[in-house]
Amino acid sequence: MTDEWATENERATAGEASMAEGDAWAADGDAWLTDGAASARWAYGTGFRDPFVDINLAVAPATDPEQLAARCLMLGDDALVYSHRLQQWITRLPELEEEMAVANIALDLLGQARLLLTRAGHLLGTDEDRLAFFRSEHEFRNVRLVERADADFAELVGRLLVFSTWRLELLRRLRESSDPGLAAIAERGATELAYHREYAADWVVRLGDGTELSHQRMQAGLTAFWPYVDELFQPDPVLADLPGALADPAGVRAEVDAVLDSVLATATLQRPDVTPAAGVGGRTGRDGVHTEDLGYLLAEMQSVARAHPEGVW
Amino acid sequence: MAAESASTVVAGADEPEALLGRARQVAASVTDPELPALTLAELGILRDVTVQDGHVHVTITPTYLGCPALPEISQDLHRRLREAGFGAVTVHVALTPPWTSDAITAEGRRKLAAAGIAPPRPAVRGPVSLGMPGRRGPVACPRCGSADTAVLAAFGATLCTALHRCRACGEPFEYVKDN
Repeated sequence: MTDEWATENERATAGEASMAEGDAWAADGDAWLTDGAASARWAYGTGFRDPFVDINLAVAPATDPEQLAARCLMLGDDALVYSHRLQQWITRLPELEEEMAVANIALDLLGQARLLLTRAGHLLGTDEDRLAFFRSEHEFRNVRLVERADADFAELVGRLLVFSTWRLELLRRLRESSDPGLAAIAERGATELAYHREYAADWVVRLGDGTELSHQRMQAGLTAFWPYVDELFQPDPVLADLPGALADPAGVRAEVDAVLDSVLATATLQRPDVTPAAGVGGRTGRDGVHTEDLGYLLAEMQSVARAHPEGVW
Repeated sequence: MAAESASTVVAGADEPEALLGRARQVAASVTDPELPALTLAELGILRDVTVQDGHVHVTITPTYLGCPALPEISQDLHRRLREAGFGAVTVHVALTPPWTSDAITAEGRRKLAAAGIAPPRPAVRGPVSLGMPGRRGPVACPRCGSADTAVLAAFGATLCTALHRCRACGEPFEYVKDN
C-alpha cells in the first residue's frame, strides 16, 4: 500500500539489494515492479515475520472460521475504505497542521485495516493484499458511511467524529474478544481512535461554536452524511455463532449517542433529523450493497495492483 | 557486508550465555529510525531476544499499528547483528501486550528531553475525556523548562509525536504523544 510502495521504491532506486538481484531492472521499464524478489513484495515480507505468528491463532470452539473472517473483513474494510477517503484529502486541506493530522489518522486506520485483513486472510487462506486489491465492490463489507467523498472540511471532521466514536466503542468491547487476533488489534487500536476522536471533536466544537458561517457549514456537513449513521448500529444476526468474538454493533448505540450528544451540545449543533438511507431489499454495506461512490474509490485504489497482478516492489 | 560478517562468525566455543548477552546488547543498542535519540530498548519496543544454535530471534512491537518504520527497524537489527557476527537473524513482531508511551524508560525520557523532544506524560487510562490533548495538564518545554506551552498541532511529523510551542522562549518542540 502507499507507504510501503514509496519506501520500497526509494530503496530500490537507491541501489543495493534490488540492483544486485537482477539485471531485468535495467532492461525493462516496469522492472522495479517485476524483478522477482518475492520476499520484497509484501510489507510483512521485508525482513520480519507476520505479527500474528506468535499469537495463539486457534479459533475458539464453537466459532465458525468463515463467519469470524467475515467480521474481520467488516472492520478491516471500514478502516481501509475510510483511510483511502482521508488520503484523498492530502494536499487539499486548509492548513499544514490539518494535513499532518489527516495523514496520521489515515495511516493509523491503514495499519488497523492491514492487520484485520491479515487475520481474515489466515482464516480464508489468502492475504491482506489479495483481499484489499482483488475483491470486487460487492465483496466489500464496509458500512456505507465511509464511502462518500467529503464535500468540505466540516463534513470531514463531522464524519470523523461519528466514525471514530463508533469504532472506539466497538474496539473497546473487542479487547475482550475470544479471538486473540481481534483482541490484540483492538487493544492498541482503541487508544489510536481515542486520539482521532479528540481531534475531530475539537474541530466540530470550534466550527459549530465559531462564526455564523462556520456554524452553518458544520451543521450542513453533519446533515450530508447523517442518513448513513443508522446503519452503523444494525444488529448482526450471525453473532450468536461467534460467542465472545465480537460485540454487536446494536449494543454500542447508547454510548455513541451520549458522546455525540455531548459534543453537539457544546458545539451548539443539532443532531440532523433525516431519514436513514434505504438499503436494497433491506441489504446495506455489510451485505455488500454499496453506494455508487465505492466503485470509483476502488477503481482508483486497486488500479495499480490489478495492472501488475504479480508485481513486486 | 555479508562476506564480512561471515568472516567473524561467532566462535563455536562461546558459552550460550555469552552469546545471548552479546545478542541482547547489540539488539538493545539499535536506535529507532524516527526517534534516533532513543534505542529500541529505551523506546520500549524491544520485547525479547533469544539465541538458538547461533540463530538470533528478536521480538519487537510496533508503537502504532500503522507504524511505517517497522521494515526499517527490522533491517537495522539484521545488519547490526550480522556485523556482530551472528549469521542467522529472525525478527518477530508481537502485538500483545500493546506498546504504550509509558513503556519509554527513564533513561529514554532523559535522552528525549536532551534531544529537545518533550517526553510523554503518564498515559490516561479508562474513559478518555474530550478536548485537546493539552487539557491533561501542561507539557514542560524541553529547552527552557517553562510550563507555559501550547499545542500547535495534535499530530506531528511521525505517528508518535505532536507539535507544541513554548510561550516563554518561543521555540516550537516535538512532544511524544501520551497514549
